[in-house]
Amino acid sequence: MAVETPVREPVSPPRATARGLLGSWDLLVLVALVLVVVVGTLTIDGVGNPRFYRFVVLEAIPIALIALPMTLIVITGEIDLSVASTVGLTCSVMGKLWQSGLTSLPALIAISLVLGAVLGAVNGLFVTVFGLPSLAVTIGTLALYRGLAYVVLGDKAVADYPVEWTRDMIAPIPGTVIPWFVLVVAALAVLFGVLLHATPIGRGLYAIGNNAEASAYSGIAVMRTKFWLFVATGVVAALAGVFWTFRFASARADNADGLELSVVAAVLLGGVSIFGGRGGLLGVVAAVALLGTLRNALQLADVPANALTIVTGTLLIASVVGPNVVRMARGRLRRRPPEERTQP
Amino acid sequence: MRITGVRLVATTVLAALTLAMGACADDSGSDAGAGSGTDTGSNSSGTIKEGLKVAFLPKQVNNPYFDTSDNKGGKVAVGEFKGTFSQTGPSEASPSAQVSYINTLSQQQTDVIVVSANDKDAICGALTEAKSAGAKIVTYDSDTKPECRDVFVNQATADGIAKSQIKLISDAVGADGGEIAILSATANATNQNAWIEMMKTELAKPEYSKLKLVDTVYGDDKDEKSFQEAQGLLAKHPNLKGIISPTTVGVAAAARYLSGSSYKGKVQLTGLGTPNQMRAFVKDGTVKAFALWNPADLGYLAAYAGGALASGMITGKEGDKFKAGKLGDYTVGANGEIVLGDPFTFDSSNIDQFNF
Repeated sequence: MAVETPVREPVSPPRATARGLLGSWDLLVLVALVLVVVVGTLTIDGVGNPRFYRFVVLEAIPIALIALPMTLIVITGEIDLSVASTVGLTCSVMGKLWQSGLTSLPALIAISLVLGAVLGAVNGLFVTVFGLPSLAVTIGTLALYRGLAYVVLGDKAVADYPVEWTRDMIAPIPGTVIPWFVLVVAALAVLFGVLLHATPIGRGLYAIGNNAEASAYSGIAVMRTKFWLFVATGVVAALAGVFWTFRFASARADNADGLELSVVAAVLLGGVSIFGGRGGLLGVVAAVALLGTLRNALQLADVPANALTIVTGTLLIASVVGPNVVRMARGRLRRRPPEERTQP
Repeated sequence: MRITGVRLVATTVLAALTLAMGACADDSGSDAGAGSGTDTGSNSSGTIKEGLKVAFLPKQVNNPYFDTSDNKGGKVAVGEFKGTFSQTGPSEASPSAQVSYINTLSQQQTDVIVVSANDKDAICGALTEAKSAGAKIVTYDSDTKPECRDVFVNQATADGIAKSQIKLISDAVGADGGEIAILSATANATNQNAWIEMMKTELAKPEYSKLKLVDTVYGDDKDEKSFQEAQGLLAKHPNLKGIISPTTVGVAAAARYLSGSSYKGKVQLTGLGTPNQMRAFVKDGTVKAFALWNPADLGYLAAYAGGALASGMITGKEGDKFKAGKLGDYTVGANGEIVLGDPFTFDSSNIDQFNF
């Protein structure tokens, strides 16, 4: 162990130790989150209010949901830009089915999730069987799925759902103001977190991201793994579509338009490398919370929409540049003579 | 604290009393209005409170139409009744982005939210939450479901639009009259079809007996299709004297066709358009006059309606009356609708005063 660790360190997957789970970038994002909360509470009216966090959570749920499987996909060096269109198509189909007389909620949800799986499988097939780059494939399905959503529903909105459905979807956990649906997100976060950080499959994902060919030679089923990741992303995006429909009581073909950018922003800000092989779920969850809290706090401080877009853009660039700078800094520290390194 | 408690009890008792009286009035079916005393703190004859926080939430920011309604109308009105004006909103016209801004406004304890809805249902939950936090909700330009807001300030009625379109084409064609045609948007557009039906009713009146509607075509609100349909109309009806296009896309495309053809100035065109699209065609003589509402007036009226609601002068029920500054007196209609008035006519004398 002692012999092999220094050699493997730069590319090894984070281990289930405190340091592994909490890389230095994750820590930075967490610190930034705490800072935003503290400074916001002290300086902006309303940020300390529990209702503020209810609104932040409600807004962050679809982004957080999709960011979970997206993290795994990006770690393998791929990307799925079709997620928001999957949300839109799921919403449209669900609205159409409801309109045509399918009134069972479990059936609507089940059909939506199956649809999500199919849409994800289409992406997966193109990427694995035909060996096409996921960026190109999912830009294609981004347009295709959105187009289909408009075919299904046109420019109409379906909105006459039972009031209980829409009310229950955003109902708070008893005794709090936080919507119960956050528990679904938490459960999925644990599921994907364990899968990524505590199983051989998770270690395989890092290996694929670092060197897909080498991992294939070492016995990892690269293509099959990627395929199922796209399917999982489709299913979770469909779940986000179900939440979206009832949260806003409105199924429209343009639902969640542009959401893929928020998801990718959160994943990158969370410290996942766009080139694959690096990052973890904790950082991504912290990044979703950071982006949501910052956005809402700035909105409360009357920062106009254009400036908000600039802030998000700047954060995104920082998130791509930042981890590299941190890594370079660490690399430089490591190269220094030991006596210098031990100095405080 | 004790004062607040006493007030709370007093308000509750009064509210209960009023409710009871209202119920009595409903039951008896007579003596209507007798119960609506001044007990609830309403001041139907009073003035708008000072210091109200009024926020405008357009479909999207950086949109010339809404910048005109909000900054040239709403802001002026809020200044007149000494409130605090703000305009906020998403940079893209999406309902979910609007929800986030409504949430922000309700947290900021805004007294009046004036909103143009991107979706009549999707923002309802957020508006209801804002209402329960004490805000009065005015929709303008684009409505939500009636139960989600207090009043809707409507640009114009279908009847008013139809009347003004027929008047404009009649004036443009002249006393001799002649054949006219309609270039609409899509064949199944509810509002367009309602207007067309009312235009036909209007044309049946004796004063328009010399105008003859010969055709209705559909440009599907697409620029090139509208352009071709306008071209087709003139090929098909050599004696055509005028075209009405009650859609901003159609009227601009038809104007572009006419201005580059030999029909310019001979075949008249009117419709519903925006000044920025139509300016060049008014100046080159293709179009004498067209109509739309004045968005500045729309924002102005919406702000006054909000101020009146937040000051307890009106509640949004049918028959409520209030004074909207320079625009004069308004009455709330069925479903909490307040109609701005007849469409506004743009011509060479006033078009340069508008930028949207």
